[in-house]
Amino acid sequence: MSATGHEHGHEDHGHHHKETFITKYIFSQDHKMIAKQYLITGVLIMGFIGIAMSLLFRMQLAWPGESFSVFEGLLGKWAPDGVMDADIYLGLVTMHGTIMVFFVLTAGLSGTFSNLLIPLQIGARDMASGFLNMLSFWMFFLSAVIMVISLFVEAGPAAAGWTIYPPLSALPMAQAGSGAGMTLWLVSMAIFIASSLLGSLNYIVTVLNLRTKGMSMTRLPLTIWAFFVTAVIGVISFPVLLSAALLLIMDRSFGTSFFLSDIFIQGEVLHYQGGSPVLFEHLFWFLGHPEVYIVILPAMGLVSEVMAVNARKPIFGYRAMIASILAIAFLSTIVWGHHMFISGMNPFLGSVFTFTTLLIAIPSAVKAFNWITTLWKGNLQLNPGMLFSIGMVSTFITGGLTGIILGDSALDINVHDTYFVVAHFHLVMGISALYGLFAGVYHWFPKLFQGRMMNKNLGYVHFWITAIGSYGIFFPMHFVGMAGVPRRYYENTAFPMFDELTNVQVLMTVFAIITAGAQLVFAFNFVYSIYYGKRGSLNPWKATTLEWTAPQEHIHGNWPGAIPHVHRWAYDYSKTYENGEYIIAGQDFVPQTIPLQDNEEELNH
Amino acid sequence: MTALLTLTVLVLVAIAIWQMTKIFELSQLKAEETGVATDKDNKYNGYLMFAFLIFIYGITIFSFAKYSKVLLPEASSAHGGGYDELMWVSFAIIFVVQTITQALLHYFAYKYRGEKGKKALFFADNDRLEFIWTIIPVIVLAGLILWGLYTWTNIMDVNDEDDPLIVELYAQQFNWTARYGGEDNVLGDASVRLIDIDRANVLGLDESDPNSADDILVKELHLPVGRKVNFMMRSQDVLHSAYMPHFRAQMNCVPGMITQFSFTPTITTEEMRRNPDVVDKVKRTNTLRAKWAAEGKPNSDPWEFDYVLLCNKICGKSHYNMQMKIIVETEEEYNKWIAEQATFKETLASVE
Repeated sequence: MSATGHEHGHEDHGHHHKETFITKYIFSQDHKMIAKQYLITGVLIMGFIGIAMSLLFRMQLAWPGESFSVFEGLLGKWAPDGVMDADIYLGLVTMHGTIMVFFVLTAGLSGTFSNLLIPLQIGARDMASGFLNMLSFWMFFLSAVIMVISLFVEAGPAAAGWTIYPPLSALPMAQAGSGAGMTLWLVSMAIFIASSLLGSLNYIVTVLNLRTKGMSMTRLPLTIWAFFVTAVIGVISFPVLLSAALLLIMDRSFGTSFFLSDIFIQGEVLHYQGGSPVLFEHLFWFLGHPEVYIVILPAMGLVSEVMAVNARKPIFGYRAMIASILAIAFLSTIVWGHHMFISGMNPFLGSVFTFTTLLIAIPSAVKAFNWITTLWKGNLQLNPGMLFSIGMVSTFITGGLTGIILGDSALDINVHDTYFVVAHFHLVMGISALYGLFAGVYHWFPKLFQGRMMNKNLGYVHFWITAIGSYGIFFPMHFVGMAGVPRRYYENTAFPMFDELTNVQVLMTVFAIITAGAQLVFAFNFVYSIYYGKRGSLNPWKATTLEWTAPQEHIHGNWPGAIPHVHRWAYDYSKTYENGEYIIAGQDFVPQTIPLQDNEEELNH
Repeated sequence: MTALLTLTVLVLVAIAIWQMTKIFELSQLKAEETGVATDKDNKYNGYLMFAFLIFIYGITIFSFAKYSKVLLPEASSAHGGGYDELMWVSFAIIFVVQTITQALLHYFAYKYRGEKGKKALFFADNDRLEFIWTIIPVIVLAGLILWGLYTWTNIMDVNDEDDPLIVELYAQQFNWTARYGGEDNVLGDASVRLIDIDRANVLGLDESDPNSADDILVKELHLPVGRKVNFMMRSQDVLHSAYMPHFRAQMNCVPGMITQFSFTPTITTEEMRRNPDVVDKVKRTNTLRAKWAAEGKPNSDPWEFDYVLLCNKICGKSHYNMQMKIIVETEEEYNKWIAEQATFKETLASVE
């Protein structure tokens, strides 16, 4: 922290305390440090665990019943003689889903980039409440620790699928994983939700209140719009999951009957009467569906920004992009029933949800077309971040289109809960969100680690193997689903009609292993670059946004002097005067801090 | 297949090696590596983007050529034809959009790859363009929504017209039981609280309900061809889902409530076994199984096609093996079969 900061920074809210190792690196209230903490805990550690799990069960699917020493080593008693047990298969599937959706793509993605970029891009010294921000991270950390601990309990982790539908998740006699493993799952998620709410409220308040002078809402970079709206959806929907979790805890531990009724299991009738599992499904998906947009919106925001910067062009249809973010956010809260077409819910409700679900395709289509047009006649700087952005648009389209089939209640009947669904959502929200995340990491790495750059060539290797591998895994998977293979089957050998699909399973698994290997390239590049990455210039990508005006060295308060003021929107790339000359001679971008020049036309975007 | 797999892996490895050597080359050439893409990077990656477009088309064509045959055979239910038609129309739309948008995306990425000194076009918005690509999805989706809802409403309208056969599908960890209404075609009342395993009342039928006496409990689902079947579904423990892919039929079984689905089977098992697609599939599968048998693997007996009911909602350890055989047969065969089955009353009597 420089002394000048105190003299000039009149917006500066005093931070005169002395930093110790603990306040700087552990219980830090600085948004940049918290962003790094989220990135390392959420993405690197939890991501590693989640992806490793998927490899284990993909191996089981490709070579059912085969003995592998890696199973024996990692799963211990769950893989007698190296053959994976059916219970732990479900446990792995469940924990893979939980970890990837909540810990990696919700907390890891949103937590990292909302924390890093909101204050830096809106021109604020820090989050509205540094303390709540710190609390949010440490609650997330605690929930992650509890979730990981649940992997080691005697009867195994939660194994009822990441959707934990009762009664399976409520009755320990229905499944071993529904004992202590499920209790820990619920406790972990309750803490996770509290953490997410604290984080989201902070993001919302910060965006609304702490924008620098001149930074109107319509001058915000799309990243901020995406994070802001994501936080709003989170605040609306996560409390509903908390209520579902609490009621489930009560059913499990205190004998209530919110979700249970008429159950006869292991030779005895249970006392539960009058509850309904369908109620749980409604509560779960009231969060669960907005959740997928909580995952994908930040990725969309990151991609929009990275794409504009690297195309050296303004994002096409800035206002339409904002409108579609808002439309997606609104619609996302009224489409949850499309997960429940055949749950026993009234078919008329199914009709309503089909209608709203297919509506959501419209803003999604607008976004895809706008991205494509952003590339048109650009001067594309194909940095790794840019490649991942283009890749994200590709997988988002491929995965999104099959949503037309799944969102149609009639067509959903025969592909519901098959591999078709698995292929669809992995492409549209799994892979796409991960691409958005990677785009963000490559692009803002210099901002996270004092100006150091990641190695671009390793980045290229990472991208191309991942891009080919992801399609290699998930494209053939659609056919497996259309052949009628249900998801969450430990093996498909009980049905001779699926025999000839074993080859496809092998193909997908081989691609999965190769693709996962490519992520190690990324992990290596990431860790190596933290220590040995070359320092680039202050604004390596020649971007207009405010974060690149802040010094590379992290200082508390972000800018040593006064906070920069903003005079234009975030997308003045390749803007010219009428005579075709750049606004600033010899420079194809105009930072947001530069006032409007004489003769410069301010376009009403 | 294995050869193809090896080939794919080899291609990928080759790409990886090629990239690695490029890195090496570049790191040798340029001591000052900035981490920002150069014109050379833009060029190579631009070409790769174009190659990637070809890869996407390639994997699409490959998957269709190679895997179309594994898809389900023609629908065996009255509503299934309409279902398949809607599915293929949706797919046609998807493929048109996919082909065009991926082409634009990757072609632009290749065509407009960056070069030093090149000027990008400042093109921030265009109301007409945006209107066009808002209105086209609106129209296409409106059509799909209307068609889809029409199909959905028809499928989900479970009624008593045309004298449907009433069948209960009863799910439990990890098997299925079917219950027929018997002579009166009416299911007797039942509740899990009335289950009495010792007296073979495994479905909890109300013995005092006169309708239950002639009910028939079986472990194999027989359906007469051409007659509508109304399924009443129950579960005694956790969620299950009755999935009958050949009939384009699925409904969850929920403890505490009765869910319904209805369809009319149109093709008997015998006829289906003679369907050319099914004949081919059985032949392929049995070739595979013969190979496995030669290798001494278990579960490799020759297979004969049968309709099947699968559980398609995660229900516990043996979820993957929760199935029941479905046999669609002529009216006469069905009547003969059902006459041979013991009624609930007879079963109770035999136990006592």
